[in-house]
Amino acid sequence: MAKSKKSTLDRREVVKTILAQRQDALLVTGLGSSCYDAGTVDHPNTFYLWGGMGGAAMIGLGLALAQPKRRVLVITGDGEMLMGLGSLATIAVAKASNLTILVIDNELYSETGMQPTHTSQGVDLAGIAAASGFKHAKTLHSLSEVKDSMTTIYKTPGPVFLDIKVNANRYPLSIRLRDGTHIKNRFRESVLGAKAFD
Amino acid sequence: MKVLKKAKPTWPLEIYNVFETVNIQQVAFVPDAGHTTLIKACQANPKMQTISLTTEEEGVAMLAGAWLGGMRGALLMQSSGVGNCINMLGTIRECRFPLLCLVTMRGTWGEFNPWQLPMGQSTARVLEDVGVVVEAVNEPSNVAETVFACAQMAFQTNRAVAVLIGQRVVGFKDWSK
Repeated sequence: MAKSKKSTLDRREVVKTILAQRQDALLVTGLGSSCYDAGTVDHPNTFYLWGGMGGAAMIGLGLALAQPKRRVLVITGDGEMLMGLGSLATIAVAKASNLTILVIDNELYSETGMQPTHTSQGVDLAGIAAASGFKHAKTLHSLSEVKDSMTTIYKTPGPVFLDIKVNANRYPLSIRLRDGTHIKNRFRESVLGAKAFD
Repeated sequence: MKVLKKAKPTWPLEIYNVFETVNIQQVAFVPDAGHTTLIKACQANPKMQTISLTTEEEGVAMLAGAWLGGMRGALLMQSSGVGNCINMLGTIRECRFPLLCLVTMRGTWGEFNPWQLPMGQSTARVLEDVGVVVEAVNEPSNVAETVFACAQMAFQTNRAVAVLIGQRVVGFKDWSK
């Protein structure tokens, strides 16, 4: 395993670029920086995780199975994804064709003091996803590659997995919304309407 | 000693009927001998999405996602899997997600494997500590109504509820031979 070269991509620019095209897509974020990134472009169809590390991809699977006509995105970090590696096998076997998992991979645990994750030592998340059976799995290094991936992210039959290498930029908290019950109810009301409170 | 396990118990298919009644559409599980009949029945129903997990906490997260999308689910596991779920159950509690868990017990009544006792003996206490409502059932004829009652509690009050199906119901291996 070779150490990866440092990326120059900015995480906020990546997330903003992708979410600008979201339309009616549903989004689940992992905890930490991914949550804050998505918070800069808040939307009621975003479910923010502030805990439950390792669970983002599986929340995405349950949601994708429940809403098969809509695209479901999971945006999470490399540390969060590494904690739920088994879920890549589960998702591939479940064949959720409307699910896209995007890992914003800075090769660091940002929340706990910028310690290196295993991806900094060459662990290849897209390779693991591909070997698990994801229909489409790739590592991206540039903004042009991200911009060229919009069809893959929103349209290509999945499950889709993209590991997007970004630099180590850290940003201040961008979102105040953190009450879990409120985030859940807001999301359900947006997606299900009055049925959310049946 | 006689074999202590009944040949063909009816409670697994009675649970399946409850699942149909309360509209369970996603069934997540880590394979377990005690849940075999129920899992097979769910897999045979094309309206139920049965998802095999690599670890039980995946199922906790998955059923949170199901609820976000307007679907009800159930999580099937053995008591040893409860320990794998604790942090994810904290998310369920914070967000007031409904969650229906059916737990077949090990490490209790008649257990022969000492390694099963640490988790089995603390399963109910650990679940209660993280905010899960626990109902134990030790009589086969009470299983279905307990699952039905717990499903109603989970989905109408937005709480996590676990049914602990005891080894008196599931049966245990006779180690005396």
